[in-house]
Amino acid sequence: MRKHLNTLYVTLDDSYLQQDGESVAVRHAKETKLRVPLHNLDGIVTFGWSIGCSPQLMATCSRQGVTLSFCDGHGRFQATAQGFSPGNVLLRRTQYRAADDPDSSLAIARHCVAAKLANSRQVLLRGARDHGTEKPDRHAALTTAAAHLAHRIEAALTATDLDALRGVEGDGADTYFQAFNHLLTIDGPTFRFTTRSRRPPLDPINALLSFLYSLLAHDLRSACEASGLDAAVGFLHRDRPGRAGLALDLMEEFRAVIADRLALTLINRRQLTSADFVTQETGAVTLKEDSRKTVLVSWQERKAAELRHPFLDEKTTWGLLPHLQARLLARHLRGDLDAYPAFLLK
Amino acid sequence: MYVLITYDVATSTPSGTKRLRRVAKACKDRGQRVQNSVFECQLDPAQFVLLKQKLIDLIDPRHDSLRFYHLGSNWQRKVDHHGAKAGYDIDGPLLV
Repeated sequence: MRKHLNTLYVTLDDSYLQQDGESVAVRHAKETKLRVPLHNLDGIVTFGWSIGCSPQLMATCSRQGVTLSFCDGHGRFQATAQGFSPGNVLLRRTQYRAADDPDSSLAIARHCVAAKLANSRQVLLRGARDHGTEKPDRHAALTTAAAHLAHRIEAALTATDLDALRGVEGDGADTYFQAFNHLLTIDGPTFRFTTRSRRPPLDPINALLSFLYSLLAHDLRSACEASGLDAAVGFLHRDRPGRAGLALDLMEEFRAVIADRLALTLINRRQLTSADFVTQETGAVTLKEDSRKTVLVSWQERKAAELRHPFLDEKTTWGLLPHLQARLLARHLRGDLDAYPAFLLK
Repeated sequence: MYVLITYDVATSTPSGTKRLRRVAKACKDRGQRVQNSVFECQLDPAQFVLLKQKLIDLIDPRHDSLRFYHLGSNWQRKVDHHGAKAGYDIDGPLLV
C-alpha cells in the first residue's frame, strides 16, 4: 500500500530549490530555509515565477516519483518536471484502447459522473442537516436540489452516449451550483455565490474554488502517473493538447467532497474574510499571498484526515484517495474488476 | 515510524572527522537535524533497516557509538522542544 506522504509547497519569492544529498533544500538569500528528505515527500509544488529549481533536483524527483509542479502566483498549473514515462506500457495501451472504444469509455465515464452527482448530493444534504434547521427555506432549497440530483444519478447511469452523459453532468452541476449559496451560513455581500466563473474567477468564492481545484488537479495528475496510467488520455474529457483528461475525469468525484467542502468550511468558520481577496482592474479576484498559505495549511490538514474507503473497506486518508481511485481504475482496465468503482461518500 | 538517532564519533584523528562527516551525511539524507549529533527521521521499516546498517558500517565500534530511539507513530506527544531552532513537523503542512 502506498503511504500517505507530505507535499512541500513553496511560495517564497526568489527562492531556489536544490538537491542536497537525498533531500530537497529551499534556498533563499544565501541561506537554507528548509531541508526535507525526498523519501518523506509525495510532491513539491511551487507558486510564482521567481522560484527556481536545479535540473539535478528535477531529475531526482522524476526518478523517485516525487511530482514536481510549477504553478503561477494564482496557483494555476504551468509545468511539471517529468522523466521517462513511468509505469506499465501494457496498461497504457489498454487505457488507449479503452479510450478509443465508445462503449468502454462510456462505462467508465458513467461511473465518474454518477459519483460526482452522488457526492454533490451528499454535500447538499449535509448542508441541509447541519444548517437547515435554523432556516426552513434553506432546508427546502437544499433538499429540493438533492432530490433533483438523485434523478440525475439515474440518468447518468443509463446514458446511452458520452454527449448525453455530458448533458446530464452539466445539468447536475447547474442544480448543484444554484443551491450552493444556501450552503454558506455567513451573511454579508462578500461571499454570495451567483454563478461559477473561471479564467478569471470574478468573485471570492470562485477564486477560492479555482485555487482548490488546481491543487486537486495536481494531486490527481500525480496519482494517475504514479499508477502507470496516462494522465492525458481521459474517457469523459476527450484529448486536447496540454489537458490532463484522465486526471479531470477522476477529479469529478472529488470536487464536491474535498474542494467544495473545504471552501465552505473556510468561509463558514470565517477563516477567510473579504480582506483575504483582491479585485484587480480586470474584475479578476485573487487570493492574497498570506491567505493562500491559510488555504494550503487547511488543505494539507484535510488531506491527512482519515476515513474508511467505502469500496476497499480500509482505513485511509483523504490525501491517498486519488491514488486509490487511480489504482482501482487501473485494475478495471486490466480486467480485474468488472466496473470502475468510483468513490462514493457515505 | 519515527526514529531518533544520536551518535558520538571520536574526532581525535583525521579518520575520525571523516567518519563523523559520513555519518552526519547519511543521517541528513533521511531525516532532519534537530541538534548537532541528533537526527529525527520519519522512515518505513525497510528504510530504517537500510539506514541502520549503513551507519553501523560507517562507524568504528571501538571509538564511536550510535543510539536509535523508536518514538513510534504517535511521536508528537513524546517530543517537547524548548529554546532556539525548533524543527519542522514532517507530518504537518510543509510550506515555505
